[in-house]
Amino acid sequence: MELEKVQEVIRYLEITEIPLAPRVVSGLMNLRGQIITGIDLRRRLALPDRSEEIHAMNVVIRSADGAVSLLVDQIGDVVETTEDSFERPPETLQGKVREVILGVHKLEKQLLHVLNTEKICETAETVAPGVTP
Amino acid sequence: MDDLIKEFLVESIENLDRLDSELVKLESDPSSQELLGSIFRTIHTIKGSCGFLGFSKLEKVAHVGESLLSRLRDGKLSLSPEFTTGLLAMVDAIRTMLGEIQSTEVDGTETYPELIEALNKLMNLGQEAAPKAAAEAPSPKEHSKKRSGESAKEIASKPVAPASVAPPAELAPAARPEPSAPMAAAPEETAAAQHPTDDAQARNSPSETVRVDVRLLDRLMNLVGELVLARNQITQVSARQSDANLVGPAQQLNLLTSELQEQVMKTRMQPISNVFDKFPRVVRDVATNCGKQVLIDMVGKETEIDRSLLEAIKDPLTHIVRNSVDHGIEMPDHRVSRGKRPEGHLKLRACHEGGQVLVEISDDGAGIDTNRVKSKAIQRGIVTAQQAARMSEGELLNLIFLPGFSTAETITNLSGRGVGMDVVKNNIDRVNGTVDLQTNLGRGTTIKIKIPLTLAIVRAVIIQSNGRRFAIPQVNIQELVRLDADRAKKEIEAVHGVPVYRMRGWLLPLIYLSEELKLAKWAGSLASEDDATNIVVLQANEHPFGLVVNEINDSEEIVVKPLSKQLRGLKVFAGATIMGDGKVALILDVVGLAQNARLLSEARDRVLAEDNAELLAKQVQDKTEKQTFLLFAGPDDARMAISLNAVARLEEFPAANVEKSGGEWVIQYRGKILPLLRLDVVLEERRTRLRHPKSPVGPDPLQVLVCNDEGRTIGIVVERILDIVEDRAELKIPAVREGIICAVVIDDRVTELIDIPALQKLAEANRTLSTKHAELVD
Repeated sequence: MELEKVQEVIRYLEITEIPLAPRVVSGLMNLRGQIITGIDLRRRLALPDRSEEIHAMNVVIRSADGAVSLLVDQIGDVVETTEDSFERPPETLQGKVREVILGVHKLEKQLLHVLNTEKICETAETVAPGVTP
Repeated sequence: MDDLIKEFLVESIENLDRLDSELVKLESDPSSQELLGSIFRTIHTIKGSCGFLGFSKLEKVAHVGESLLSRLRDGKLSLSPEFTTGLLAMVDAIRTMLGEIQSTEVDGTETYPELIEALNKLMNLGQEAAPKAAAEAPSPKEHSKKRSGESAKEIASKPVAPASVAPPAELAPAARPEPSAPMAAAPEETAAAQHPTDDAQARNSPSETVRVDVRLLDRLMNLVGELVLARNQITQVSARQSDANLVGPAQQLNLLTSELQEQVMKTRMQPISNVFDKFPRVVRDVATNCGKQVLIDMVGKETEIDRSLLEAIKDPLTHIVRNSVDHGIEMPDHRVSRGKRPEGHLKLRACHEGGQVLVEISDDGAGIDTNRVKSKAIQRGIVTAQQAARMSEGELLNLIFLPGFSTAETITNLSGRGVGMDVVKNNIDRVNGTVDLQTNLGRGTTIKIKIPLTLAIVRAVIIQSNGRRFAIPQVNIQELVRLDADRAKKEIEAVHGVPVYRMRGWLLPLIYLSEELKLAKWAGSLASEDDATNIVVLQANEHPFGLVVNEINDSEEIVVKPLSKQLRGLKVFAGATIMGDGKVALILDVVGLAQNARLLSEARDRVLAEDNAELLAKQVQDKTEKQTFLLFAGPDDARMAISLNAVARLEEFPAANVEKSGGEWVIQYRGKILPLLRLDVVLEERRTRLRHPKSPVGPDPLQVLVCNDEGRTIGIVVERILDIVEDRAELKIPAVREGIICAVVIDDRVTELIDIPALQKLAEANRTLSTKHAELVD
């Protein structure tokens, strides 16, 4: 994701789970007196849940509705990219995931996904909230 | 946007609001030079600034208004209602244009030719009388020249134009008219002038006040909230320490934080006049529209209330005021024929009362005719005729708060469009307020609204369930009940998933927080050391229910933080807060919780009528909402049911306690005599047991449903209590015998719904029959 969207990275924050909340919302956290919502990036990207041993890291991003923390496995690196290496996702990438992936940068060794942070926060809302019994 | 334009907008919009009320006030006191002067100056200032900033269209409109006003002020014209209407239209036009400037930075495309023409026409009306008054607008110079010719006293009583000269300090407090002064009562005017609103101070003594962006205040409030939390944490730490170096400063911090919190809260407070001041105009518009005469009287406008709450009550209050004028106050001739003054009187009062703000709106209109309410409710199918007949005045009045209720005979364009008091009530409920309505037929109606002072920091009780903490706002809590394991087993009748607790003669429906929130099983001490059941008795709308939680902790002040947009769909939470230990806890929304548990659909039934067999039957026909039924076995093991609402308690009596009095079986119950209605007798086809009426047969002990019927309590003796179920009871089969409303299918089995009034009639008939029988035997 774009570096300028990132407010900070925090190793560990105690999380309060929210009953009945959508699955992608992992809970609420106290970030220096501010309550922020945590979104599990794995679930948001429809990936399998991370195993117990991996402690999630918090990438706090600024969104239109205040700060949101994305729970990720680990922080890779900060890289500079150029317009040239960017490419839109292929048409074969479909479904809900497509809207949160802006595209990829073709790096030397691998492809780097660029996430649409606004969409990640936004669509979490349209995901049906815990269906009330 | 240019700072200059921004300032112009803020100032002009504020001034226009004042103008509305001043114009209406002027109508009742057309000779007031003071008012005219003030109105004139406002328009003049706007016109002047427009010319300077280059808003020519706006300037043109203001110019016509100014010319008209100057003529009025100079006594060349006298004010009539048409003038006021014209001037108010001008104010509206200016407001629209200012709105455009705000969004587009230009004064729009609309030039308002009709308005200008209408205003010119008004001016010409006067020109015939005073042809000398030419079209030239008086310059500020002229203005001040004129003033210098006036007597000293008049100068003292006249405000100095804020735009031109700063007021002399010693003159200002005494002579300055309260810009947002109330329109009627003179003593109130002086009272208000002694406590000028912040607003007024801002205008008159610029050195003492500063205009602050609202967002800055909100941010400040947030920071203080965070400081309070940090303070709580420090206090917890220092409580465990004996080091004076820490304890002293911690105490100091504690005091300072509380003080700071209080002061910052004050910055968010605004006088209720911000809303009240709009009402004279509203009243005038509505009254003119329906040809009524209404005086409005406002008391306590300086009462302060949190900004957000002020915003929340604005619409409901406006609605009530409109309603009062539109529906409450009668037409002038009608009023005269009833011996009232032709002009109606609307009174608004605001004050602080026990940590809450009380707003009272009363009119001396026709009052609410409960008979009309009744017939309307029946016509709308909200209640049945029989139920309505049984309802008290108060209950009938409360019907108007139900959706889709409007007693207006004719639907006007102002109110009576189906959105009515229910919206008012909902809005007030949302901010934890209450609405109370009193009416006196022919004399008027009073509506009392109570709202909390602030929403940002509330007192809440912290509870725990399955190892998780939740906060419940204290205002929602009625009481806390703790049952030890033995009592819980006995007194909670938890059958088929719909548990109830008998509380003082009522069956209190219980919901378990852990089930409601689908909380995961928790490894902690669930059943080990503490088997007691903790019930938090809550009230959602009018409907009490019990929330079963594992633990009830302390009550504390919490800072309410809204949930982020991803979680807005969750109605069971009102927000979140940070606890003293830095962890986040969710705040429960009581109404949302009740809706989640489907408790609220029942509530309406109970509010409307206690034992509404008819309504029940009707709803069965409607096939709409789920009902909670008490299932029991009747005579010959017939499966029967009654609406749980109709049942006050379930009791067990030893058969030996049954006595006979006047041909009726009775039992002593809670110091009263409870008549018993034996289903096995009343519904018995083969009346074999009638021959031995003195020895009550059937199961011992007797299973009795204590029901309230028309204010009378009766006990219905059944064979066995089976279950409590929630069902739509959709399939309906007509009753085959007396005493039964209909047969429905509940839980896939045919079940008869009993009809208490019909059963009582049957019992009556049986008694006469048995007496006759006895005579025959003799």
